[in-house]
Amino acid sequence: MYLGIVKGTVVAERKASGLEGAKILLVQPVDERKQPTGDLQAAVDTVQAGPGDLVYLVGSREAALALNPWFVPVDAAIVGIVDGVGA
Amino acid sequence: MRCCRVVGPLWASVKHPAFARHTLLVVQPLDEHGKDAGPSFVAIDRAQAGVGDKVIVLTEGNGVRQITQQGDLTPIRSAIVGIVDAVDVAP
Repeated sequence: MYLGIVKGTVVAERKASGLEGAKILLVQPVDERKQPTGDLQAAVDTVQAGPGDLVYLVGSREAALALNPWFVPVDAAIVGIVDGVGA
Repeated sequence: MRCCRVVGPLWASVKHPAFARHTLLVVQPLDEHGKDAGPSFVAIDRAQAGVGDKVIVLTEGNGVRQITQQGDLTPIRSAIVGIVDAVDVAP
């Protein structure tokens, strides 16, 4: 899993089956100091996150497991909203 | 698996139910000399690790599902599975 900051919302009316109703957000992966660690990515949201939120995501096959139905074509899912990171 | 240093705890009250029972920690991957190598990431703690500890982190979901025993649909991908006492690097 990894941290990210929600940058925006992706609107896609036509999607693969299983993704109907899924909310897709634009996320910048970051480290614990909120410094960017890679390219912007689109991730499915499971926790009602919004722009500006620090979140944590799960990638690869486990991203699909966070959804219902679960056998869907996604490779990044937001699975928590971060309240704080200790140092 | 990766050798990492525990950076600190991560608090999240709104999260996927699969994470409800787990402690989340931010970990920083290390190279063979103990220097930071690559971006930090988040893992559940299965070894009672503390801040600053050097740890072994599993970074693959099937292994995590085997140790958490929460079923086949657990969306967790990384778990701290050991505390490192020492690393010997051949010269």
